[in-house]
Amino acid sequence: MKTLADLQAIRESKLQELHNRREHDGPRVVVGMATCGIAAGARPVLQAFMSEIAKSDLKDVMIQQMGCIGMCRLEPIVEIFRGSEDKVTYVHMTPDKVARVVSEHLVNGRPVMEYTIGAAEQH
Amino acid sequence: MNLFRSQVLICGGTGCTSSDSPKLAARFETLLAEKGLDKEVKIVRTGCFGLCEAGPVVIVYPEGAFYSRVKLEDVDEIVEEHLVKGRIVRHLLYHDSVDEQTQSIKALDDTRFYRKQKRVALRNCGVIDPENIDDYIATDGYMALAKVLTEWQPQDVIDCLKASGLRGRGGAGFPTGNKWAFAVGSKSDKKYVLCNADEGDPGAFMDRSVLEGDPHAVLEAMAIAGYTIGSDQGYIYVRAEYPIAVKRLTIAIGQARAYGLLGKNILGTGFNFDIELRLGAGAFVCGEETALMTSIEGNRGEPRPRPPFPAVKGLFGKPSILNNVETYANIPQIILKGADWFASMGTEKSKGTKVFALGGKINNTGLVEVEMGTTLREIVEDIGGGCPNGKKFKAAQTGGPSGGCIPASMLDIKIDYDNLIAAGSMMGSGGLIVMDEDNCMVDIARFFLEFTVDESCGKCTPCRVGTRRMLEILQRITEGKGEEGDIERLETLAKTIQASALCGLGQTAPNPVLSTLRYFRDEYEVHIKEKRCPAGQCKKLLRYTIVADKCKGCGLCARNCPVKCISGEVRKPFVIDSSKCIKCGACMDNCRFGAIERK
Repeated sequence: MKTLADLQAIRESKLQELHNRREHDGPRVVVGMATCGIAAGARPVLQAFMSEIAKSDLKDVMIQQMGCIGMCRLEPIVEIFRGSEDKVTYVHMTPDKVARVVSEHLVNGRPVMEYTIGAAEQH
Repeated sequence: MNLFRSQVLICGGTGCTSSDSPKLAARFETLLAEKGLDKEVKIVRTGCFGLCEAGPVVIVYPEGAFYSRVKLEDVDEIVEEHLVKGRIVRHLLYHDSVDEQTQSIKALDDTRFYRKQKRVALRNCGVIDPENIDDYIATDGYMALAKVLTEWQPQDVIDCLKASGLRGRGGAGFPTGNKWAFAVGSKSDKKYVLCNADEGDPGAFMDRSVLEGDPHAVLEAMAIAGYTIGSDQGYIYVRAEYPIAVKRLTIAIGQARAYGLLGKNILGTGFNFDIELRLGAGAFVCGEETALMTSIEGNRGEPRPRPPFPAVKGLFGKPSILNNVETYANIPQIILKGADWFASMGTEKSKGTKVFALGGKINNTGLVEVEMGTTLREIVEDIGGGCPNGKKFKAAQTGGPSGGCIPASMLDIKIDYDNLIAAGSMMGSGGLIVMDEDNCMVDIARFFLEFTVDESCGKCTPCRVGTRRMLEILQRITEGKGEEGDIERLETLAKTIQASALCGLGQTAPNPVLSTLRYFRDEYEVHIKEKRCPAGQCKKLLRYTIVADKCKGCGLCARNCPVKCISGEVRKPFVIDSSKCIKCGACMDNCRFGAIERK
């Protein structure tokens, strides 16, 4: 038999999934998945985002794919859109970098500047 | 727990299932597994999205891409382009979901079909997987039951329902709070909570869609009703012709029992309640409350006189409440969001929303839910997209065989219980059948009456004999044998039956005749006096003639006439012998010069 607490736990664990089944304005993580992106290793990055976000308390993040935006040399590219803020473009992403992006940018709202395209261009 | 980046929602309602949506789901599963995407993309089989016209429907989130009339081969393209590469397959999208000017993709709620809708009873239909109780719990499911069991006294539920203004969605519109209060007042060792899912009106499928799309909402509301009136047993009386609804209800009851949300000591509060299904064998009269209870008891489904009302002496002679599926589907949300929230929607005496099954001569056949007080014009023209082929709207039938028609001149009527009754129709359970200029109103009245004559149980004379006499008169009129005085005879019979039939089926059976007489009396008169059918529907009144000017004398009509009633000389106009003509229309179909006229 379930108690009220059990019901609430079920509810919490499913919220993320249900939320993404409606149109909403949550943050969007968009991973470049054209040939260049995939060749550079975008799929593990995408999967890392999925597992990190699943582990977090974030309920309304959408993960989407996009095509090539023309900077194939910087792939895997990930863009993050949060509300009215400017989009942040991360380049040369690897699965190891994902945990930091999720916790600092998506959870705390502070983009990880050293992974962004701005930092990469300075080198 | 897994996070899925994309979810593919596939409609599993009866409409889309019959256009092969299960095969689409299987194809998606195969392809996703082949591509190794099955951990990233989730397939959800939901209830009805409402736009049955565009079925089978597939929606892909998070983009909210609405794919309509999806064929098996389209699945490959959607997987390859959309799910693998992230590119929406535009040419497969529902036509109204792409903005014509900007070519951008509209949110679903911005399409014409959904824009004016407000989904309360249908809120979970097309969103959750009805075969998974966790999906329902995630959308606040069973929280209303928990709230009532742990915080509320039965009287609080009654007060809340009364304040909300909820009225029965099965047709008559009796205030639900009052109905429950009567049952609370009846003292008995045993009481019953019943759900009427014996939806039998031609063209109505609201209840079916709720049961298929959100079965737990009904179970939860019935448990709340059980707690309120002091009952530990519920029955859902559902048509056996609804196999998907029956299957999902069976699954839902099993899951609720496994979670301890039905059965003994629910949520550890000491409250016991269980629900059983009873399948109806398809008799329309069993949707009438006393006949329904007689049928659950195992007897032949026949009504009995009231009083005593079910709240005093119902199923097995014990106090019972009987509510419609849609009524129940509203209740958990009223409890969670409050009576004021519900009462803020709708008109003065009709609160909340109403689900309608749009059918007949309408572009967007499907299921819609609108706030009470929405005009018929908004439903037919905006949501429904008007009549197909640019035909003119003539009338809409609400309330099925118990209701009546609303003519084009009253398109701006605000739909609620009282306005519809004032217009000579009724809300009914929510079937809304649209008729265009090609429909003959006498024939429509005959159609509905034929239905009630077939479905009359035969227990009382006014219904058994009276409706049949009415039908005979109508048949005579549509066959060109109408006599002076037929209209008056129909009216006398109708009023007698209304006043003397035993149950709702008989009392309301004359309504389609009376309402068509009220708004389209001239059509009846033309049938009787001129032996003519203005809409060209009554076959026996049709007359085919050859327009001499247009006829080239080719003889094609004569060669195709099955009764050889067309004669003439080649290159001269031919003639139809009306006394022999069987009005099959073969001549008209074969004429290449449009020389044959039908009047």
